Amino acid sequence: MAAATARRIAVTVLDRLRADRLPRGLHPVAWWLWALALATAASRTSNPLLLVLIFAVLGFVVSARRTDAPWARAFRYYLGMALIVIVIRVVFRSVFASGITPEDHILFRLPHLPTPDWYAGIQIGGPVSLEATLSATIDGLRLACLLCCIGAANSLANPKRALRVLPGALYELGVAVTVALSVAPQLVESVRRVARARRLRAGKAKGVRALRAIALPVLHDALDRSLRLAAAMDSRGYGRTGTATRASRRVTGVLMLTGMAGLCVGVYGLLDPSVPRPVGLAGFTAGVVLSAAGLAVGGRRVSRSRYQPDPWRWPEWVVAGCGVLTAVVLSAGTGYDPAELNPGLYPLQWPSLPILPAAAILAAAFAAFASPPPLTAPRPMVPAVAGAGS
Amino acid sequence: MIRFEQVSIAYDGAERPTVHDVDLSIDEGELCLVIGHTGSGKSTLLGAINGLVPHFTGGTLTGRVTVAGRDTAHHPPRDLADLVGVVGQDPSAGFVTDTVEEELAYGMEQLALDPGVMRTRVEETLDLLGLADLRHRGLHELSGGQQQRVAIGAALTAHPRVLVLDEPTSALDPTGADDVLATITKLVHDLGVTVVLAEHRLERVLPYADRVIHLPGDGTARHGDPATLLTGATVAPPIVHLGRLAGWAPLPLSVRDARRHASALRERLPSVPPAAHRTNAATAKRVLRATGVVVRHGPVVAVRGADLELRAGEVTALMGRNGSGKSSLLWALQGAGRRDGGTVDVDGTDPGKVGAVRARTLVGLVPQTATDLLYHDTVRGELDQADRDGASPGTARALLDTIAPGIADDTHPRDLSAGQQLALVLAVQLAVTPRVVLLDEPTRGLDYQAKAALTGTLDRLAAAGHAIVVATHDVEFATGAADRVVVMADGDIVTDGPAPAVLTASPAFAPQVAKILAPLPYLTVGQVEAGLA
Repeated sequence: MAAATARRIAVTVLDRLRADRLPRGLHPVAWWLWALALATAASRTSNPLLLVLIFAVLGFVVSARRTDAPWARAFRYYLGMALIVIVIRVVFRSVFASGITPEDHILFRLPHLPTPDWYAGIQIGGPVSLEATLSATIDGLRLACLLCCIGAANSLANPKRALRVLPGALYELGVAVTVALSVAPQLVESVRRVARARRLRAGKAKGVRALRAIALPVLHDALDRSLRLAAAMDSRGYGRTGTATRASRRVTGVLMLTGMAGLCVGVYGLLDPSVPRPVGLAGFTAGVVLSAAGLAVGGRRVSRSRYQPDPWRWPEWVVAGCGVLTAVVLSAGTGYDPAELNPGLYPLQWPSLPILPAAAILAAAFAAFASPPPLTAPRPMVPAVAGAGS
Repeated sequence: MIRFEQVSIAYDGAERPTVHDVDLSIDEGELCLVIGHTGSGKSTLLGAINGLVPHFTGGTLTGRVTVAGRDTAHHPPRDLADLVGVVGQDPSAGFVTDTVEEELAYGMEQLALDPGVMRTRVEETLDLLGLADLRHRGLHELSGGQQQRVAIGAALTAHPRVLVLDEPTSALDPTGADDVLATITKLVHDLGVTVVLAEHRLERVLPYADRVIHLPGDGTARHGDPATLLTGATVAPPIVHLGRLAGWAPLPLSVRDARRHASALRERLPSVPPAAHRTNAATAKRVLRATGVVVRHGPVVAVRGADLELRAGEVTALMGRNGSGKSSLLWALQGAGRRDGGTVDVDGTDPGKVGAVRARTLVGLVPQTATDLLYHDTVRGELDQADRDGASPGTARALLDTIAPGIADDTHPRDLSAGQQLALVLAVQLAVTPRVVLLDEPTRGLDYQAKAALTGTLDRLAAAGHAIVVATHDVEFATGAADRVVVMADGDIVTDGPAPAVLTASPAFAPQVAKILAPLPYLTVGQVEAGLA
C-alpha cells in the first residue's frame, strides 16, 4: 500500500518534472547567471586549452538552445568581434614590442621607428617574438571569451523578457528601451521613404541641402509619432500612480541616494589597497542593502502586474547551478594545481589540461540538456517589404 | 454614460473656441457617430471623453465632462483607462510592445490585473477579434486591418465600458475597413460597449449608427437620430443625397432600405442615363505607354508584367486591395521606383533611363505620404523652391491658387489641412508641367468637401490635356473622378475598362447609387438628377 502510494507520488513528481521541461523560454536570469559564471571562470584562467573548451561549451549551448528570433542570431557577430579583439591584441603587441627577453624566440623583425628620448618607454617596431605573440593571443582569447559569454546570454535570453525582470521601480527604464527598440526600425523605414520621395522633386541625394530635406520630414514624423505614442500610453493607463505618498517618495529618494553613495565608497575601498578591506566591504554591503531597500520601497508605489511572468523551476536551478559550479571550481583552486590554470610561457611548452577544471567547464554544457527546448514561433509570412508601399 | 454639460474647449492662441456650449449625453450601449468636416473639432470632442483634451493636449475646457459619473477634470486619461478605451487613426503609432499577445496584455498590466485574469482575457479577445492565428506575430508585420483590430483588442482587454475610435478605417483598404467596422458593430451588439466613432467615409458606418453628432464647423454640435439629422447636414454620403433628391422620408441610410424606396424611382428614370457620369475630356492622343513592367522587392513580385497606356485628358482610377502592387506600378512608371523589366515610353523617352530632373518633367508623382516632399518652413519657401527647380518664378503660386485658393505664404506646410497639403504638393509637382500626373492614395484623410475639390482639380488638369492616374480605395471618389478604372490584384492588372462598365460589374466596386438603382446603369446622383429633369 505504502509502496503503491510512493510509486504514485513518484510518478506525479516525475510528471511535474517533465512538464517543466516542455518547450518554453528559460528564465532570462538563469541564462545570465550561467553566462556570467562562465565569464568569471574564463577570467580566472589563461590556459588556452581551458579557454577553447569554454568557447566550445558556449557554442554548443547557444546552437542547441537559441530561438530563431532576430536577437538570437547575434552570437555570430560576437564571434566576429572576438576574432577582431584577438587580432588587435596581437597586432598591437607586435608593433609596440615590449618585454622581449634574451631567451625569446624571434619570429621576424619589423622596421624599428626611433622614438625621442622622452618617449623611451615604448618601442615601435623591432623584433617580434613567439612568446610575446602567444601571450598576446592568449590574452586576446581570454577577453574574447568574456565577450562571447555576454553574447551567449544575449542570444539565449530574450533581452525584452530580461528587462521585465527589473524591479518595479526601474519599470520605466524597461519601457523606454522597449519603445526605442520598436521605434528604430520605423525611423529607418521613414528615412528610406523620404529619401525615395526626394527623387520625385529631383532633389540632390547628398549634401547639406539633402540632409535638411530628408531630416526635416523624418523628424516631423518621429515627433508626431512620439506624441501619439505618449497619448496612447496615457490613455491606456501608463503611469497610474498607486498609493505613493509624499513621504514614501522622499524615503525612496533618500535610500537610493545614500545607497548609491555607499556603493561608490565601498567599491573604491575594495579597489584601493591602502583602505582596510573590512571598511570597503562594509561600505559596499551597506550600499547594496540601502539601494535594494530603495528599489523595494520605490517598487511598492508601482501598482502593476506582469503578463505571463517567467517561472523559475528546476531547469532554471540546474542551468544557473552548473554555471556557478564551473566558476567556483576555477576560482577555488583546490583539488588540482592552481598553477595549471595559468601556465607560463618560459620555458615554452605545451600547456597541460587540468582534469577537474576541464570537467567543471564541461559540466556547464549540461545547461543545454537541462533547459527546456525553446518555443519555435510559427514561421512568419514573407516579411513586409520595406518601401513596397501598397 | 457620457455627459457633456455646457462644454467649451479653446486651444491657446486660437481666435475662437474649437467647440462651445456643447450639451449632450450618450447612453450605454449606443453607437454614436461623430461627423463633420476636417477641422470642425471631431478629434477634440473625442479627446475630451477620456480627458486627453485638455490634460494631454493643453487648452482650456470649461463646463463638465463626465463618464460613468467620473469627472474628467479630476481624472487624467490614465485614471480613466479602465473605463474608456481609445483607438487612434494610425494603430501602429500607438503600439507600445512588439507582439500581438503582449500588446493585448499591456493595458491590463497597467491596471495591475491578476495574471490569471489577464491570460483569460487575452484568450477571449484573440477569439473575439479573430486574432488567434496572429498571437505570436510581430505587430509590424501585420496588415493595416489586422493592426487596427489588434489596437481595438488592446483597448478591449481592459474591459472598458466606452470605446472611442477616431477614424479607425481611414488608412485601410475596403476589406480591412469592413473587417474593422464589422468588429465594432459586433462589440456594440454582443458586449453592449458604448462606441463613439468619428469617420469620414460615412457610407460604411451610417447604417449601424444609433445617434449622430454633427459638428457643422462653427463650434456648435447638433445631435440626434441619424435620419433626421442628416436631412440638413453638409457632410453626407451619396445615399443621403439621393434620398434628399427623391424626397424619401425617413431618409434611408442603408442600401437595403433605399432599394425598398427605389422601385418607384427606377420606373421614373430612363433606362439609359441621359448624361455620362462625368464630362469626359479624354482624347485619342497617347502620352504614356508601358509594356511588361515588372517590379520585384526581394522575393516578392509586386508587379508582374503590367501593360498600360495613358491618353491625354483621361483620368484613370487604379484600384485593388492593399499590397496588390498599385504603388509599385506608379513608382515604376515615374522612374524613381524600381523596375526590373519592361519599358515605359513618354513621348519617346523612358523616364526610368533619364535623370530625376528630366523624369519629373515627363511624369509627376504625388506619393502616399505627400508631406514627405515638404521640407521648408513656409508655403512660400516650398513654392519658391518649386520655381527654382525648373519653372519660371510665380508658376507654382499660380498653380496653387487655382487648385486651392487662399493659402497664405507664411503658413507652415505642416499646419495645413490634409487637403491643402495635397494641393501644395500637387502645385509643386505640376510646376514643371509633366504631361502625366500620378497620385498615390490622395483621398486618405480627406473629407467629402476636400474630395470634391480634388475631383474638380483633376477635371481641370484633364481638360488641360494631362493624363492622370489616381490610385484609390474609395469607390465613391473613383466614380466621381475617373473615366477609366484599372483593377490590380496580386501584381496583375485584372480589369481595365471604362468606369461605368467596371464599377457596375461587381458589387465590391459598385458605388452606392449603382447598388440602389441596379439594374439601371446609373452611377452618380447627378445622373439621376438629369434623368428626372
